[in-house]
Amino acid sequence: MKELIKALVEAFGPSGSEDRVRELIAEQVRGLATKVEVDALGNLIATVQGKGGGRRIMLAAHMDEIGVVISHVDEKGFLRFQPLGGVQARTLVGGRVRFANGVRGAIGAEQKGLSPSDMPRIDELFIDVGASSRETCPVQVGDVGCFDREFVDLGDRLMAKAFDDRIGCAILVQVLRELGETPHDVYLAFTVQEELGLRGAQTAAFGLDADLGIAVDVTLTGDTPEAHTMAVALGKGPAIKVKDRGMLSHRGVRQWMVDTARAAGVPYQLEVLEAGTTDGMAMQTTKAGLPVGVLSIATRNVHTPSEMVDYQDVLNSVRLLVELLRRPVEL
Amino acid sequence: MLIQELVEADGVSGHEGAVREVLIKAIEGCADEYRVDALGNLIVVKRGHGGGTGPKSVMVSAHMDEVGLMVTYVERDGTIRFSPVGGIDSRVVLAKRVRIGDERIPGVIGVKPIHLLEQAERGRVLRFDQMGIDTGMAPDEVARRVTPGTYVAFDTAFQALDEGGLRTVKGKAFDDRAGCAVLVELLKDRYAFDLYAAFTVQEEVGLRGARVAAYAVAPEVAFALEGTVCDDSPKEKDVSPTTRLGAGPALTIMDRSVVCDRRLVRLIVKEAEAAGIPYQFKQPGIGGTDAGAIHIQKEGIPSAVMAVPCRYIHSPVSVMSLNDFDHAVRLMRGALHRLEGGLEA
Repeated sequence: MKELIKALVEAFGPSGSEDRVRELIAEQVRGLATKVEVDALGNLIATVQGKGGGRRIMLAAHMDEIGVVISHVDEKGFLRFQPLGGVQARTLVGGRVRFANGVRGAIGAEQKGLSPSDMPRIDELFIDVGASSRETCPVQVGDVGCFDREFVDLGDRLMAKAFDDRIGCAILVQVLRELGETPHDVYLAFTVQEELGLRGAQTAAFGLDADLGIAVDVTLTGDTPEAHTMAVALGKGPAIKVKDRGMLSHRGVRQWMVDTARAAGVPYQLEVLEAGTTDGMAMQTTKAGLPVGVLSIATRNVHTPSEMVDYQDVLNSVRLLVELLRRPVEL
Repeated sequence: MLIQELVEADGVSGHEGAVREVLIKAIEGCADEYRVDALGNLIVVKRGHGGGTGPKSVMVSAHMDEVGLMVTYVERDGTIRFSPVGGIDSRVVLAKRVRIGDERIPGVIGVKPIHLLEQAERGRVLRFDQMGIDTGMAPDEVARRVTPGTYVAFDTAFQALDEGGLRTVKGKAFDDRAGCAVLVELLKDRYAFDLYAAFTVQEEVGLRGARVAAYAVAPEVAFALEGTVCDDSPKEKDVSPTTRLGAGPALTIMDRSVVCDRRLVRLIVKEAEAAGIPYQFKQPGIGGTDAGAIHIQKEGIPSAVMAVPCRYIHSPVSVMSLNDFDHAVRLMRGALHRLEGGLEA
């Protein structure tokens, strides 16, 4: 599965420019799903027809990653930018950005008025692609960039950009590979623009009309030096969400996930996240509402170019999801 | 001129009736039907002539509402306290003229003379709740005619600043009466598809009208027309002016509310280049429009935004170029006809 993960996390896919990730996933799921479609906003929906007696279950993972959008090219060819999603300025200086056309650049900071110990604001940063004028700059206003970083296999742990949420995408693809027969109609929604406000999930959920949902996304951890108190750690299994800032998981779904993990001997941990939310929030409140839970992958350094996950957590997330989908569901 | 009539009508968010009346009169003869929905949106239908290989229904929206004020309390001495409606920088309202309610009672927002300002006060920005409107009327007269909840609009006359060159005009509420006026022009043509012109309410307080209009119309494609930020005065740093006056209609790639459909942006650019119409890209990441609510309605509606650059928006006075306005009409009309042939992937 590491090969699939590497391909997905290294792909270019900032919010609104998910095309390459979508193509990669489409290649993987074609042949495994009954039907593969792309909707008006660019969500990829892979449908698995159940053998009957089950529910309509929507699983969602978002294809987009945080990045930058170019807001100005100055006379000397330096680029100013705006964040796409929750970009933190302190993770940027000295980092690299890659554009859809392959151009790469370095992020620098203004010097006047900033001492080396100051925390620059994003509007005090710029990207240098080695151009010497506006006219010859290979990047234009409106072009989108991702943070440029390669996948690293540390053994038990993996490090890359965009585990948020390509790891969720990889897990859903792997679930599809391993699922086999299911009583349920299963809709795997690979969504767009989550980082800009759950936009893809909102329209996908409206269209699918599911009666049960699970979002698969990353969550924060409390297992690093002087971290905020949080009971989630790498290597303790998939995290079953209790709540985050945007939603309370449906109690029945949560219990079903816990019971299934116990019965199957899959390690799990419970997650209470004080910041952020996931596609689950948009799914839960679509139309007349539906019961939604979230399976989270514990991830360190979220929204930096060096996110880190535990490989066993990933494999156990796949196991748990496959177990959940194999049998009829009573909530 | 329609734009003059539109900006001289008052339509603070939630109270767009006077603007709607001007528009209903303006679309006479070019609309096949219209309705006013439960929230107050004016939805005008121009039936398609059929044919074409593109979408069957297209919605173009422009919002009728403007930022303004609302009376919160009338003091015993007749001073009127107020809150902003929509996003207003409290610094821009001091010493400005306003008109209150449907009666358009004139008033001014009072300000302490510089003679009385303590040194420390000079660097301080007053909050809205520290300001008052002075009508000059006796307290009992104010109490009788002005109640909490009464809307207050800026009192700014429309005026041509420069008849030649950029053909600049000044007035209030070009955001988004400019879009409304462009949309009326678009209704004068007939297209292959059904065109739904949605003149929406309450954009400035959270895209509320557009949300329900898009739900009801459920078009295949949507455009929002706007009057947008233009900050092209000289700067210390080489940074974006957001848009430039006179450089043509501004296309949005993304703002805080939407990532515009790339096929639609490309379609507009193609039309501009084919027809020799100037255009510019708005600085990404700034502001939001009705397209933010429209594109995530139902199963998703591919959307794009075109705007007329306007200096000093969300203040009592704004400035725009009628050249940009005319180019916006031509470009949007051309883009709509181009859309009759469908969207390239």
